[in-house]
Amino acid sequence: MSRVTKFAGRDPGPRARVAGFIGHLRDNGLRLGVAEADMALCALRLVNASAPEEARRALRAVCTGCKEEAEQFDALFDSFWMDAGRVKQKIVPSQSSPTSDDVHSSRDAKGEDAGAAGSASAPDDGDGDAESDGTGKLIATELRNLSRKDLRDLVRPEDIAAAEVVARRLGAALRDRRSRRRIAARKGDRLHFRKTIRRSLATGGEPLHLLHKRRPDRPRKIVALCDVSGSMTIYAQVFLGFLSGLMRADTTADAYLFHTRLVRITEALRDKDAMRAIGRMSLMADGFGGGSKIGPSLDLFAQTYAKRFVDGRSVVMILSDGYDTEPPEIISAALKRLKKRGCKIIWLNPLKGWKDYAPVASGMAAAVPHLDLFSAANTLNDLAALDRELGAL
Amino acid sequence: MTWTDLQTALGREGYVASDDLSVALQLALSLGRPLLLEGAAGVGKTEIARTLSAVKDTQLIRLQCYEGLDASQAIYEWNYQRQLLSIRAAAEAGETGKTVEDRIFSREFLLERPLLAAISQDVPPVLLIDEIDRADEEFEAYLLEILSDFQVSIPELGTITAITRPLVILTSNGTRDLSDALRRRCLYTYVEYPDRETELAILKARCPQIDAQLGAQVIGFVQKLREEELEKTPGVAEMLDFAAALMGLGIADLTSDPAALQATLTTLLKTQSDQAQITPEVAGRFAGKAA
Repeated sequence: MSRVTKFAGRDPGPRARVAGFIGHLRDNGLRLGVAEADMALCALRLVNASAPEEARRALRAVCTGCKEEAEQFDALFDSFWMDAGRVKQKIVPSQSSPTSDDVHSSRDAKGEDAGAAGSASAPDDGDGDAESDGTGKLIATELRNLSRKDLRDLVRPEDIAAAEVVARRLGAALRDRRSRRRIAARKGDRLHFRKTIRRSLATGGEPLHLLHKRRPDRPRKIVALCDVSGSMTIYAQVFLGFLSGLMRADTTADAYLFHTRLVRITEALRDKDAMRAIGRMSLMADGFGGGSKIGPSLDLFAQTYAKRFVDGRSVVMILSDGYDTEPPEIISAALKRLKKRGCKIIWLNPLKGWKDYAPVASGMAAAVPHLDLFSAANTLNDLAALDRELGAL
Repeated sequence: MTWTDLQTALGREGYVASDDLSVALQLALSLGRPLLLEGAAGVGKTEIARTLSAVKDTQLIRLQCYEGLDASQAIYEWNYQRQLLSIRAAAEAGETGKTVEDRIFSREFLLERPLLAAISQDVPPVLLIDEIDRADEEFEAYLLEILSDFQVSIPELGTITAITRPLVILTSNGTRDLSDALRRRCLYTYVEYPDRETELAILKARCPQIDAQLGAQVIGFVQKLREEELEKTPGVAEMLDFAAALMGLGIADLTSDPAALQATLTTLLKTQSDQAQITPEVAGRFAGKAA
């Protein structure tokens, strides 16, 4: 550990180096802001910063926030501070440095990046957005169904209207009754002491008006992931109709399609015109009816969108037959990760309605242990009949 | 106080802290930031707060989180019974509304819960927020507010600002992801299972009367057990129980009495399938390797 990076002579000083390091971490997917850079400097002042191991420990405590980041940190630290005497060319912020894929701006990311020197030699974290997405696209071109399908041929307006009714029923069944926090209510199972006492002041301490509180029902957020790979084509009509109905009935719902890659279709389906919404969706669902990569799609979902849209009050609804071209461990790991968000996961499999169906497809078998509900659904009526089971979740 | 001083001080109280943990604790103390500790159950996350309060000679205030934890249990609650009695007494004495109201909504009638108690101490206490992942997201959001401003607003009374800033330690078992907002306000350390030397030092600190040979065997055995695929990996506390059980039974060598060894395994294996997996033969083999 004696090979400490030699910085160039025109290097502006330790402060810029630390800023450069924070930029380097940021480029590698750690979410750090200006406050962290400031805190890192404060922390280094408190330890013997010239001892690499001590600086490493201090910076790890400040810059990481979870186990994965802490594991990743050591390699990032080594690549920036310990890279065998390779001279850094630039420490000052450079405009040409690559910006995060999450950020799309018409302007330059000027001053955004606090000097990403060293990112070229840094190891890729291997699970960033960009990489997964890129891989998905690459393979999609191999397996993609070349005939572009217009989903408007599949879904009719009356289907959507019917699905809307079903989606409303499901939404109503999916109230979260677990809330232990109570709020004031006209009728309730407990006395609201605070209000009762306050009111009783007017009557000389005689609590004449008893005010109550009760447990409120909290709405659950439905997040639907629909498989539109080749094997699911015949069910697509029902499910896509259902998705667009769901989107129209429930303003908090969220929807995704996946085949060989994952697409978020929430915005498209919120279009006021139902048929135009389907049209927009079919443009996005390029590759419809092609191969299926359930595991990687779910994994990408768990690592990206789920962090923003899935919480303890969400119900993740996966509509798929479970025929995956990838190893089943990926599905299992992805669901496990998703489950950590605290959500309920339900899997609706159209094949389960068949006589003597058993989840023997390796992907499906790997998924079953992680599911809160595994049920059949291949028509709208089946979906509607789910409301009792969903209510019991 | 440097981190090595802190490490020695913790050691004197019987807690063997790794270098990573000591640096993080030292930074939390000097930067005044909360420290988030994650790790498997039984690696000593809760114990560190207890030891730290002993080192700093201050009070330890503990808030155990659970689902549905709300403000009336975490921050404050009015003492309704007292308020009611006071109103009745005032009515009989013929006092009027405003004075009664001022009295019953004063600090005297406020029941302090851990978070309020922690910010109204004269000497900065150690505030342990245990198993934060069990509380729900609403509570996490509320906690953020307290951790950044160190003040509590009570509608009837006004804002109570911290007299001293407590040292906050949060622990999590990782049953649920915590929000990024909470994570970024905290310093972070992942507490691993201790390695062989550290664990031996822990055993010596906690159980000084143990025979050196048995001690080494116990640690070897437990470390071997942790490599197995168990449902519940034994933690440090279980290891100490195991050592205490062996000493209580007067066993000086793990390999000497397989039946007694199997009986004491109840201190390490906490599920039925784990107990079925570690058969007497397996246990005997581990004991033989550990010796």
